[in-house]
Amino acid sequence: MAEQPNNNAYWSANIRLVTYCLVIWALVSYGFAILLRPMLSGISVGGTDLGFWFAQQGSILVFLVLIFFYAWRMNKIDREHGVDE
Amino acid sequence: MDQTTLNIIVVGLSFALYFGIAIWARAGSTSEFYAAGRGVNPVVNGMATAADWMSAASFISMAGLIAFVGYNNSSFLMGWTGGYVLMALLLAPYLRKFGKFTVPEFIGDRYYSTTARIVAVVCLIVISITYVIGQMSGAGVAFARFLEVDRDLGLYIAAGVVLVYAVLGGMKGITYTQVAQYCVLIVAYTIPAIFISLQLTGNPIPGLGLFSNMSEGTAGAGQPLLVTLDGLLTDLGFNQYTEGTSPVNMALFTLSLMIGTAGLPHVIIRFFTVPKVADARWSAGWALVFIALLYLTAPAVGAMARLNIMTTMWPQGVEGEAVAQEDLPDWFETWSVTGLLAVEDKNGDGRIQYYNENSEEMQALAAERGWEGNELVTFNRDILVLANPEIAQLPGWVIALIAAGGIAAALSTAAGLLLAISSAISHDLIKSTLNPNISEKGELLAARISMIGAIAVATWLGLNPPGFAAQTVALAFGLAAASLFPTLMMGIFSKRMNSAGATWGMLAGLLTTCLYLFTYLGWFFIPGTNMLENTASNYLFGIPPASFGPIGAVANFAVAYIVSKMTAEPPQEIQELVESIRVPRGAGAATGH
Repeated sequence: MAEQPNNNAYWSANIRLVTYCLVIWALVSYGFAILLRPMLSGISVGGTDLGFWFAQQGSILVFLVLIFFYAWRMNKIDREHGVDE
Repeated sequence: MDQTTLNIIVVGLSFALYFGIAIWARAGSTSEFYAAGRGVNPVVNGMATAADWMSAASFISMAGLIAFVGYNNSSFLMGWTGGYVLMALLLAPYLRKFGKFTVPEFIGDRYYSTTARIVAVVCLIVISITYVIGQMSGAGVAFARFLEVDRDLGLYIAAGVVLVYAVLGGMKGITYTQVAQYCVLIVAYTIPAIFISLQLTGNPIPGLGLFSNMSEGTAGAGQPLLVTLDGLLTDLGFNQYTEGTSPVNMALFTLSLMIGTAGLPHVIIRFFTVPKVADARWSAGWALVFIALLYLTAPAVGAMARLNIMTTMWPQGVEGEAVAQEDLPDWFETWSVTGLLAVEDKNGDGRIQYYNENSEEMQALAAERGWEGNELVTFNRDILVLANPEIAQLPGWVIALIAAGGIAAALSTAAGLLLAISSAISHDLIKSTLNPNISEKGELLAARISMIGAIAVATWLGLNPPGFAAQTVALAFGLAAASLFPTLMMGIFSKRMNSAGATWGMLAGLLTTCLYLFTYLGWFFIPGTNMLENTASNYLFGIPPASFGPIGAVANFAVAYIVSKMTAEPPQEIQELVESIRVPRGAGAATGH
């Protein structure tokens, strides 16, 4: 397949979106729930701190939102670049 | 009606349902055998993926591991859900576009190399066998309990059922059987959790109950559940439930589980079954919705069960007397039969003191109060979820339901893994490389023989598993993280990656990780053959074997990069192939494959 110019734009739009999503993915799990937990220890949630909530509930909820956001946004980018099915 | 009869009736009914669906869905033609998959609705596919994914480890073992360790084991929760983000963003849509049926097939074609394909088959078999060991030991526990037999006998029964089930059921109708299994397992998991959450906190949603105040009439009425639990644990010399010990190790272990999730062959192939690339993206989301229903409940199950155990052992509180041996609830006796639970009245006072005997503070207190060691001598963590309804004194049908759920979870995953192993051997190894002229009958026979072989190996290793179900499974994730994930990802995101780089990279990842695991857990997990004792002081940089996956993945990436730089770039048509994988348009065409 000859490389079409808009495919490059499409691919970099995809990479950009994936990068943003993975930053949030890492921030809520490795960040809030584990490594940055001491910084959030002041915020209390139901007898413990916010980090514990992120470790046992919050990060899973954020993961869900991320996947659906990516699917919705990416399917839109597909259409904008005319590469959808 | 006694409990055993009720158990057998409920489990029997659930089996009748699965076999009924398998027979009903079988009615299609042989072409449906492969193609039916491509027409699967993303929501249905998500549900089947969830059943395939949630194994004995998730269902039986995970809440128990969280219950006895607390915050540190949140790694299981985040790791086994966060991996879906990686899969949805980095692998699923592209592999769907490529449109092949097995993971080694993709690796063989993308890296234009039979060697790469064979190495991928080896990786797949090592990962899947390790994974099946965890399933077998989990299913063994479930059968042992509900038939009230010894654990080893339970394991043999589980092996027999899995064998019949996987050979009879085969691929046919597996998607719809898994939908039924998902329904059974999620109902079985959440009903007791809702009851217990209502009893303890008055909140019907367990995930919210975990952060609520204790209701009136319970031990710590009015204060948050987690505060009550932390208080009881501290009084008995245990670590606080909400406290962590080593953030770096926890992060590493989480990463190992996440990357491993995205590299598991039997989960990846599920995304080949939807009609379009866009559907592959949605399907990963739906899978996670159905998985999250269990994973958001599990931490509540763990914390609440731990609290119930503490109050069972110390009915008058920690300052009062421990529970008298004759007052122990019935479930102690029924579980003792399996050998997974044991009490021993060491000081002969007729009471069972449960505390942390390794804590120095407690040793002083024990001397003062005449205790001679922790008397709840065995409490296998894998029994926690199965015993949970009994611990909370729920009705008999709930106890029977949870046995059916545990067995559904173990069976659906074990069957999926065995099919992955047998198709890798018969399709990728024998048909495509060793003996291309093999007849269809011969290929089928090879698939069956390899399936039986895999069950035999897994059962034998399952008699002495290298850990609790979830821990054994965690090792499989380390192997998947180190071998398949980096290779698949580079196959999509790097046009420059060539066959030599990929092959050496996979070998480097697999071998370093295997070597590290075998050093501490014994060669091929055979007990007693380990070179170093499995304790923290022996670990390289303090990294436990189960957390080694990301290190193996780094080795894979590094070796692949260096080798590919030193060798020729891939041919033009492969670079074009990578271009085409990256664009969704035309995935429908691959359906005719």
